[in-house]
Amino acid sequence: MVTRDTPRDRVDERAPADAAGNAGPRPAHREIPAWVLSGAVIAGCIVAWQLLVRALRVPIVLVPAPTDVAHALVTGLVDGSLPTQTWVTLQEILIGFGMATLSGLAAALLVTQLRLAEKALIPLIVATQSVPKVAMAPLLLVWFGTGTTSKVVTTALIAFFPVLVNSVLGLRAADRDHIDMLRSFGATRVQILCRLTLPTALPSVFAGLEVAVVLSVTGAIVAEFVGSSAGLGYVMQATNYTLDVATTFAVLVVLGIVGLALHGVIAFLSRRFVYWSAHDRGAADLR
Amino acid sequence: MSGTGVSDSGLSETGTAAAEIVFELSQVSKRYRSTHGATVDALSDINLSVHHGEFVSIVGPSGCGKSTLLKLAIGLTQPTSGRVLLGSDGTTARRFGMVFQQPLLLPWRTVLRNILLPQVLTHELSTEAAQERAHALLAMLGLESFANHYPTELSGGMQQRVGIGRALMHDPSILLMDEPFGALDAMTRDQLGIDLLRIWEANRITVVFVTHCIPEAVLLADRVVIMTPRPGEIADVLDVQIERPRTLEHVNTPAFGDYVARIRAVFDQRATYH
Repeated sequence: MVTRDTPRDRVDERAPADAAGNAGPRPAHREIPAWVLSGAVIAGCIVAWQLLVRALRVPIVLVPAPTDVAHALVTGLVDGSLPTQTWVTLQEILIGFGMATLSGLAAALLVTQLRLAEKALIPLIVATQSVPKVAMAPLLLVWFGTGTTSKVVTTALIAFFPVLVNSVLGLRAADRDHIDMLRSFGATRVQILCRLTLPTALPSVFAGLEVAVVLSVTGAIVAEFVGSSAGLGYVMQATNYTLDVATTFAVLVVLGIVGLALHGVIAFLSRRFVYWSAHDRGAADLR
Repeated sequence: MSGTGVSDSGLSETGTAAAEIVFELSQVSKRYRSTHGATVDALSDINLSVHHGEFVSIVGPSGCGKSTLLKLAIGLTQPTSGRVLLGSDGTTARRFGMVFQQPLLLPWRTVLRNILLPQVLTHELSTEAAQERAHALLAMLGLESFANHYPTELSGGMQQRVGIGRALMHDPSILLMDEPFGALDAMTRDQLGIDLLRIWEANRITVVFVTHCIPEAVLLADRVVIMTPRPGEIADVLDVQIERPRTLEHVNTPAFGDYVARIRAVFDQRATYH
């Protein structure tokens, strides 16, 4: 679980190193930007993969070459099957993640603001958190059927806990001195919540969302593995049976892109909303 | 112990009898229960009156209850026994501004919007009047060009200036300061002390200034209240008769050294250094 209790400190430690490696003032580093290096490594891996598969004559049902994967990807895109199945899975991810976000934030507010709720709910949360949520997927399939609902619920369940835990940490991060300061200026309880507690929680909430969105992809795919008739998880299983491994790989590529894109959106929103620590980061986080 | 000081009781009539009392503690005690169940006397039988326009320093080692005293003053904690009065009409009306050891600025608000925080909480002034006042405070504190900067972009001394500006936002009659320069380096500390005197003289406000630094207490104050710990009580009160306006030059005068030595002697006698 990623938590950022003092985001500024973290950034401060990281920024100089990243800046130096990225676009720092030292000429030795300025010549090769980081993205060129990492791009070259990725391209090198793909080329090596292609050469190895061809040189060793690896059967396509074991490991397809990158060109085979690209071919499967293009075929899937052209006949419309990949976009259709991606949309099915993406909907499950987005609805499940949305539910997890709303319920996680609401539960965190409840637990941190009401003494009674804290006492009543924390043991339950700790107990349920130790159960692997993936193991619930077959049960949820029985309860909610093979349609979209069981996938959404599985996704929401998996993504719920990182949102909750990080939000609780964030909502508790406001320190005594700041609260005293606001009280000395006559702030009410609600004003302390809105003017201090919530903004203080934001970095931690977003750290939770970044973890949760990646887990949402896992949740939707696992739920589809357990029982479904559509979606990227379904395609992976189906192509596995028919030994169409190139398409399985193509789906993996799509999943990677979906995960990266969703994470990118959250990271972007995080920089927008947590601008006071984001603007310290400068160019360090540019990809 | 010394002739100029009046200890514990009856220190209200020391030449400033005409000015009204804006802050008064009568027989105030504060007792905490520690986690082990033992009771700790943070403050024991404190009597203190501060008159309008006075600059009072409270000096003492950590644990003498001087911060608790300010928390009592603004109602963040209640006395175990005794009476606390803040405000000229004998009520605890919110006519005070508090400055803390840390600047305690909100990192998501610009300097200007940090200074406007009391206004945001109480809406005491009209929006235009608040803006005007905030800009006037920024000018007084030499921060005009930093109005739209974020606190992380400022040095520690500048951040504390913003904290002072925020405390002055609603034109308080009394400014309470809890070791406000304690976290700053010596040179910044001296400069801010002199700036504070300038602000105090220009605005005709009352200042209660808590510190553990004896020269700082002497340089700034009309009256130094000397507190000793276990239990937290007032050991002595010293009137500082050094002419104003004061500058850092005064630190090197024999009179100044004499005051510092007399305060040290109180602590030495009580064996509060370890």
